[in-house]
Amino acid sequence: MYTQKVIEHFTTPRNMGEMEDADAIGKVGNPVCGDLIWIYIKVKDDVITDITFKTFGCAAAIATSSMITELTKGKTLKEAYQITRNDVAENLEGLPPIKMHCSNLAADGLHKAIEEYLEKTGRTIDDIK
Amino acid sequence: MVEQVNFNHSAGVPIDERVLQAMEPYFRKFYGNPSSVHSAGQQSAKAIENARVQVSQLIAADSKDRIIFTSGATEANNLALQGFAYRHRRNGNHIIISQMEHLSIINTVKFLSKQGFEYNQVKVDQYGVIDTQALQKAITDQTIIISIQHGNKEVGTIQPIAKISKIANDAAIPLHVDAVASAGQIPIDVTKMGISMLSLSSNDLYGPKGVGALFTKRGISIQPILLGGGQEYGIRSGSENVAGIVGMGAAAEIAQQQLEKNATHLRGLRDNLIKGVLNKVDEAYLNGHPKNRLPNNANIRFAFIEGESITLHLSLHGFLVATSSACTSKTLAPSHCLLSMGVSEAEAHGALQLTLGRENTLNQVDRFIEVLPPIITKLRAMSPLSKDVPYDLFEDEEHDHEHSHEHD
Ligand code: FES
Repeated sequence: MYTQKVIEHFTTPRNMGEMEDADAIGKVGNPVCGDLIWIYIKVKDDVITDITFKTFGCAAAIATSSMITELTKGKTLKEAYQITRNDVAENLEGLPPIKMHCSNLAADGLHKAIEEYLEKTGRTIDDIK
Repeated sequence: MVEQVNFNHSAGVPIDERVLQAMEPYFRKFYGNPSSVHSAGQQSAKAIENARVQVSQLIAADSKDRIIFTSGATEANNLALQGFAYRHRRNGNHIIISQMEHLSIINTVKFLSKQGFEYNQVKVDQYGVIDTQALQKAITDQTIIISIQHGNKEVGTIQPIAKISKIANDAAIPLHVDAVASAGQIPIDVTKMGISMLSLSSNDLYGPKGVGALFTKRGISIQPILLGGGQEYGIRSGSENVAGIVGMGAAAEIAQQQLEKNATHLRGLRDNLIKGVLNKVDEAYLNGHPKNRLPNNANIRFAFIEGESITLHLSLHGFLVATSSACTSKTLAPSHCLLSMGVSEAEAHGALQLTLGRENTLNQVDRFIEVLPPIITKLRAMSPLSKDVPYDLFEDEEHDHEHSHEHD
């Protein structure tokens, strides 16, 4: 049911693990199945210089977490905030329909991390739009 | 290619070679319809009667009892409950089942509850064993039928059917038993056990898929749910699946003859598997009853990780297993059995169902015990959860627990 790309990211996930000196962490839970994704980001001059994840979830959740960190690294906060679940799914060459909600979770985690960072620096998402 | 090892017999069993041979002539050579008077028809009719005897012997049924062949255990369960409820409506409208039942029981009583019937789901303890006091209390003067499974496919727990049937018989209420998971694994004697109706599946006996049977004791009358030409005592119309029925009969006979031998083999593998995994992996727990469990079932949950991920890694190593995780169910809800046993949603996520079969070997079990621990370690390294970061920290976040708890 999964594409080769999903299996590949699932078995060898990129940017996996905790980030000790993270500038912000986006912690989200999946309202559908109860799974969790944490996204850690390091930011310099509004550019995401480093990003890692930790995930408690299915193969799709792990693969989408891995993919979103790849897509995000080096992007500005503004660019990163525009990444959607469809971008993640497309880059994984598709996800089974019942697994689309897992890619939502990864995108939500990233957005939450960015919002946290902005809040810490006294801004909101409107300030970078 | 890695060797494929099936530890998922609860989902599908390879048909026994001898069964296949017994069926073969009934596809082309003996093609007659058992309802025909001519010799080809009569040949098929005789084959079906022979299969009836083979199936009744597996459960020690009397020759005056009935074995009604169906399209599988789901139909047998539907027929038992709907057929009995409609037929005995005037005697009452209340049905008792347990929390551990298969969805073909749960969804049937839900359906009946829209037709004017009511039902109770008797609770179970942490091992999934039905609370017999609660069963006793659930009985009302409206109760017409009690349906309790014998063994649970998912977690392996065996119900105390003798105790349950005593309660039912004392109240003069017939007992239906779903024996899909237990038949051929542990002895069944419908007479001694005081069972009025019992459902069986052919594939679980190493017979073909698409065949099942409902046993009804002499004197138990049910109404058909499929109407037509009046086959199978008028209870289950439709031209008989002759080859399939012959296959189920042959499978039942082999299962009966080899019951002790197979059970001993499976128990050995199962106990090695459970011991090996629990020894090698910490924060791993056995689900289901530690002793009263099906010979072929090991259900183990691993804290902090999710079952589909474990399953997929295992399958890359050739091991075919199943999980109770919400992430693999069609409704994305966790297993209703585990939840009934008091396992939390987060814990249910990491549950593996390992169901062994006759063809499995100790070698395969040993290899599994080697392959599994690094997978668990790898997934735990990925998880934000640990002993220090329990799941309930997040319970208050936007979790919606509003999904229905059905799992197939
Ligand atoms: S995270 Fe649970 S289904 Fe994907």
